[in-house]
Amino acid sequence: MKRVIKNSIVLLALITLITSCDKSKRKPNLQYMPNMYESVSYDTYGENSIYSNNMASRLPVEGTVARNSELPYEYENTIDGYKLAKAELKNPLDSTKIDFKKGKKLYDIYCISCHGKKGDGQGELVKREKFLGIPNYKDRDITEGSIYHVIMYGLNMMGSHASQLTEEERWQVVAYVQQLKNN
Amino acid sequence: MKSVKKHNLISRLTLSSLAFLFFFSINLSAQGDAAKGKKLFNANCAACHKLDKKVVGPALGGVTEKRDNAWLKAWIKDNAAFQKVDADAKEAAAFSPASMTAFPQLSDQDIDDILAFTSAPPVKKVVKATTDNVESTNKPENKDNTLTYILGAIMFVMLLMIYNLYRTVIEMKDDTKSKNLSEQLKSVCDAFKANKFLHFLLLIFFTLLGTWFVFSWLFQVGVDQGYQPIQPIKFSHKIHAGDNKIDCQYCHSSAKHSKTSGIPSANVCMNCHKNISEVAEDTKIVLDGITYGKEALDKEIQEKLYTAVGWDADKLEYTGKTQPIEWVRVHNLSNFVYYNHSQHVTVAGFKCQKCHGPVETMDEVYQFSPLTMGWCINCHKDSEIDMTENGYYKKIHEQLANKYGVEKVTEAQMGGMECGKCHY
Repeated sequence: MKRVIKNSIVLLALITLITSCDKSKRKPNLQYMPNMYESVSYDTYGENSIYSNNMASRLPVEGTVARNSELPYEYENTIDGYKLAKAELKNPLDSTKIDFKKGKKLYDIYCISCHGKKGDGQGELVKREKFLGIPNYKDRDITEGSIYHVIMYGLNMMGSHASQLTEEERWQVVAYVQQLKNN
Repeated sequence: MKSVKKHNLISRLTLSSLAFLFFFSINLSAQGDAAKGKKLFNANCAACHKLDKKVVGPALGGVTEKRDNAWLKAWIKDNAAFQKVDADAKEAAAFSPASMTAFPQLSDQDIDDILAFTSAPPVKKVVKATTDNVESTNKPENKDNTLTYILGAIMFVMLLMIYNLYRTVIEMKDDTKSKNLSEQLKSVCDAFKANKFLHFLLLIFFTLLGTWFVFSWLFQVGVDQGYQPIQPIKFSHKIHAGDNKIDCQYCHSSAKHSKTSGIPSANVCMNCHKNISEVAEDTKIVLDGITYGKEALDKEIQEKLYTAVGWDADKLEYTGKTQPIEWVRVHNLSNFVYYNHSQHVTVAGFKCQKCHGPVETMDEVYQFSPLTMGWCINCHKDSEIDMTENGYYKKIHEQLANKYGVEKVTEAQMGGMECGKCHY
């Protein structure tokens, strides 16, 4: 009899122990060896209290050009810069390097929400009346230079998409946008 | 004199009637169809103008009170040409360094429609009382239940035995009615004490139960499935990726090239939120059982986002004072394993949802997958390599397929189970 009581007490204790674990998922779980799980070096997006804003990630010094990367974009973010780019900036990718499949894939990620599948300005955000007044590419006088310039800096309510696309990707998108305009 | 008077009267009458007609005709011409105008406004003007707020161009609500109809028509059709002949137009152009697009394609009637829309009183949307239930998120459960079944079966056998014992005792004594409950129980206990096999079963039962508890506890250490930290901004993936169908990679743009999928920098938020400073009337999200409506969510944009990115919503310019948004990372892979997003997103072409679950339905993101090694390996074993359109690796793919005697090579057969692939 005593043993039964003893056993059931142990069982009860075990059940309470298990069920009383913090079930709210707001805090990370216990880890076996935290110092193996978490890096000593500063992680991407980590904190570093040395800097005033606590961000471990730093911006490169102004004017830095990374190896194997694009050179600075010379046209200014002004109306004159736009006109200049529109007139003289040409796509450095030749016909062998332009990949419409790739351009479409990128367009479908970065442009389609507003400009729509066909470039007619009927994207999902326009249909839902979040973003309005997106023109049809066909109605606008745009050149490869001006398209690239607008991807770099944005125009009016459109923001810059330079941080989301590399130089080569931007030109692929430009080629695809031109295809949409001309078809 | 009389005749003159008469003449005067006639001329007056004609004049006044003309004036009346003129007035009426102007009124007529200024009358447009506001509903049509709304469509035209949204298609042509709304990129730079709002009715109640300055954006790229000035607010256009009630613009007909400031400028007359003819002036507006001339301006809209070709403002650059109009600036050369009209001083007011030149002044108006100084509003912004950005010049307005010419709209020669709009007819007079179109412009009247648009102007009718701008001067029409704003229509208040009727907010429907929505009674949609908050769907409980189905988290995957695929635990191995064999042990539970075994324990249940043992428990069942034991209960059956106890019941049988009890019945035997009753039958043997055959005088149950005269005895009270405590005596009955006592007799059962006595019988239990005497039964050695029951003791043995009980021992096995508690050993197995104890092992099960201990092991299941040990196995969940370090596994954060379902982890759902509180984020600094009430950002809903459901609204952005679900309702508005924005591609995951629009914001997480580094997933295609880099190890990390990237927490989007706030300039990416501002690509849309420069324009969208408030949410729609009936937007709401539910966090921790509390519903947050338009009022609370507008603050998230106007106070938290605009402060972080340093955007002055009145002057429409950046102040240069920024502060980082301290998002809490949900998916924390331990540091001794290497994982690369671009390898899975760009090379394998997986959808983000394969590992992250239905993020587009989550108001608040939680960790969907266990992120354990067994989970990685299972996927590597199951995922077949796309060997078409990959001329560079054609030969090695063929050789591997021959080696394993299969038609399609899986990731594990490609070396995706080598320790050093992920642990180094």
